[in-house]
Amino acid sequence: MDTFTALAEPTRRTILERLSANGNMSATDIYRGFKASPPAISQHLKVLREAKLVRVEKRAQQRIYYINPEPMKELERWIKQFAAVKEREFQRLDKLLEKMKLDAANAPMLPFEEK
Amino acid sequence: MPNKTTVTAEPGKQELFIIREFDAPRELVFRAYTDPDLYVQWVGPNDLTMTIDKWDCREGGSYRFTHERDGHKFAFFGVNHEVLAPERLISTFEFDGLPERGHVILGTTKFEDLGGGRSRIVHQSVFQSVQDRDGMVQSGMERGVTEGYDKLDSLLESMNSNAQPA
Repeated sequence: MDTFTALAEPTRRTILERLSANGNMSATDIYRGFKASPPAISQHLKVLREAKLVRVEKRAQQRIYYINPEPMKELERWIKQFAAVKEREFQRLDKLLEKMKLDAANAPMLPFEEK
Repeated sequence: MPNKTTVTAEPGKQELFIIREFDAPRELVFRAYTDPDLYVQWVGPNDLTMTIDKWDCREGGSYRFTHERDGHKFAFFGVNHEVLAPERLISTFEFDGLPERGHVILGTTKFEDLGGGRSRIVHQSVFQSVQDRDGMVQSGMERGVTEGYDKLDSLLESMNSNAQPA
């Protein structure tokens, strides 16, 4: 599953928000915050792990979850590139608007002007 | 200071915002968005030929335009829901090239008067799913890359710092 599909599910977003607020959390702590059963939450954690949105460290009996910021950066990169493509479009619009401003400034003068 | 495009797309959400200021009054910007002869002059990538197939810029009117590159055609179509000159434009938008129909985007563009002959557009696109939105953002990137604009950032920077028309 890709980053975006993984992010699209509300429970998984809540898990990420809580991890982001707490820095890290044990699997037990994550389960405790939800009404859904631990196996259901465990499935969500699996999706998040596979999408590399979280990483896990084993500490004694505990599994500690951390946010992995890399996939988020990927989305940011896409957005930046998308903005750059839009910017090119708008720069053409800038030029067109300059031309329109000139036309608008000249047009009302025409009946009074003789060249 | 150069005007800069801001795109906001929060992770996991179905919407996207595009914000941009212009050194022109909003009446002119609104015209450039609604007059087909002007629209073809700035929308779409440089290397694509744009044809307007239908353009009824009234409430309830529909539009359709086609981009063409090397014989490949990409068509977009939709319906204008509200056309309120010079301040607001609300319309649907759909790419006629997806495996299935129905991935409609609801677009609202507000044209704000900033005074002193300046204006700002605030565009919101609402998608039917997060996947639809992210797919659109990614295709924007792909388009940028296939056109060879992967170094666009630095190019734009140098253009801005030189502040000379290309």
